[in-house]
Amino acid sequence: MSSALHLHYEVSGEDFTRAGEASSSVKKRLKSLGYDSDAIRRVAIAMYEAEINMVIHAEGGYCDVDIYPDKVEILLADKGPGIPDVDKAMQEGFSTAPDNVRNLGFGAGMGLPNIKKYTDDMRIETTIGVGTNLYLTVIVHK
Amino acid sequence: MTKYFHSVELDAEKCCGCTHCLSRCPTEAIRVHDGKAQILPERCIDCGECIRVCPHHAKKASCSTLDDTKSFKYKVAIPAPALFGQFNNLDNIDIVLTGLKAVGFDKVFEVSRAAELVSEATRKLIKENKLKKPIISSACPAVVRMIKIRFPELCSNVMPLLAPIEVAARLARKEAIEETGLKSEEIGVFFITPCAAKVTEVHSPSYVEKSACDGAISFSKIYPELSQAMDHLTEIEPIAQSGLIGIGWANSGGESAAMLGDKYLAADGIENVIRVLEELEDEHIRDIDFIELNACSGGCVGGALTVENPYVAQARIQNLRKYMPVSMNHIGENIDNMMWENELKFDADIFRLDEDIFKAMSMMERMETIIKDLPGIDCGSCGAPTCRAMAEDIVMGRAKETDCIFKLKARIQNVYDTLSGLS
Repeated sequence: MSSALHLHYEVSGEDFTRAGEASSSVKKRLKSLGYDSDAIRRVAIAMYEAEINMVIHAEGGYCDVDIYPDKVEILLADKGPGIPDVDKAMQEGFSTAPDNVRNLGFGAGMGLPNIKKYTDDMRIETTIGVGTNLYLTVIVHK
Repeated sequence: MTKYFHSVELDAEKCCGCTHCLSRCPTEAIRVHDGKAQILPERCIDCGECIRVCPHHAKKASCSTLDDTKSFKYKVAIPAPALFGQFNNLDNIDIVLTGLKAVGFDKVFEVSRAAELVSEATRKLIKENKLKKPIISSACPAVVRMIKIRFPELCSNVMPLLAPIEVAARLARKEAIEETGLKSEEIGVFFITPCAAKVTEVHSPSYVEKSACDGAISFSKIYPELSQAMDHLTEIEPIAQSGLIGIGWANSGGESAAMLGDKYLAADGIENVIRVLEELEDEHIRDIDFIELNACSGGCVGGALTVENPYVAQARIQNLRKYMPVSMNHIGENIDNMMWENELKFDADIFRLDEDIFKAMSMMERMETIIKDLPGIDCGSCGAPTCRAMAEDIVMGRAKETDCIFKLKARIQNVYDTLSGLS
């Protein structure tokens, strides 16, 4: 067996109502593995926020999830417009989400700050007009 | 007795091995083997969904009967408020309570009285800000069991107060001892139950060592005798001591309305309950203080052991509550005796593949490979509820790949092709 369990998800940008399916599937699998419940919660929340972002801003993309016994590494990659000012995007309350999703309770400008809060490591690679790669790591603290 | 007591049982004679219960079980606790359904005891939460959907009535709840009460010198009935919604044209709940005496009980104590105490105690705890928010109601035992086996992070959100049935049983027992001078073991306290989960709670409680109830009799079992007795009453005793808050607990939303606040939500039906719990676990639900969850649609009136349509019963309950005082039961200064004896502990072993994470990961890897090869239509013919559950059963050693009818067909086709190539 390889050291990590690898999962791959295509995230459709066409149907907003399906956003969150990948993170919920990862959560279910982590539970079957008997993973630490605090780590599961943090993975579920961080990945959910990132998945929503990908659908709202970048018309979808894909997620690669590597599950190790002591940590989870997630890559969320999209071919969206890129983030012009990452520091600004990291500020709580800053959002460029359109009104139609704000009505659903999204776009509070807490996506990236929350992702940072719940992960142990977060790295953004973004190029205007090309896309964004978001690398997340959640470590089991125990 | 095994580690898990369950009130939900299978009548193997009646089971024809169809897939109705299989696909509806919210914890994937049912498998069909050799043409008969089997319940995985560690996963079953006794919600009663399978009892409700089985077209052959092969699933049943093992309840007490009126005969079981006869071994006690003094018999006490504690009826759930949903019972009052089972009768047509009922305008006075004393008719039901007197009816219970007519079928053999010496004393009747409404669970709705205890519900009012639990409501008041909850309001007190919320006001004192002593509990982790949002607070999840602990009244529905199927929901509590669901949290215990699937939602580790939410165990500490469950309100550590006894459910009304337990509070009622204790109070009724105490009163009976005082009134009769009998010993506790000479007094039989029987809950009149709308559901299977509460039968389990009586025999194998989640958060007390031993329930103060001696048994539970289902609505459906007592209904014929009770309704007949109600028709032949010569006088109606004034027994009822509940207000509209207590009676309201029969319906979904009743318990949360009794919080007298506005930051609450009430969800009913096991699928909806799971959805709310998932969202809660992912912290998507905010600004809510109290969450009422009922495994049955409509609330307790929708229990699998009731006789009346839940929505008809709901309307009757609403009607009965008219002109009732708000609440007729009040707590004292100290509510320590209403708190749980044991903490709610997560049962980690139930859904995990293996204790050893390395082994679990390699099992999951095998599962993912198997799933890719299965048809993915979740037909249930193999005896597992979904292709995913089937893959899990294979890696757990509970099933083999050719249990899948499509896999078997492909293999037979293969053998046929090989043989025809020989001729």
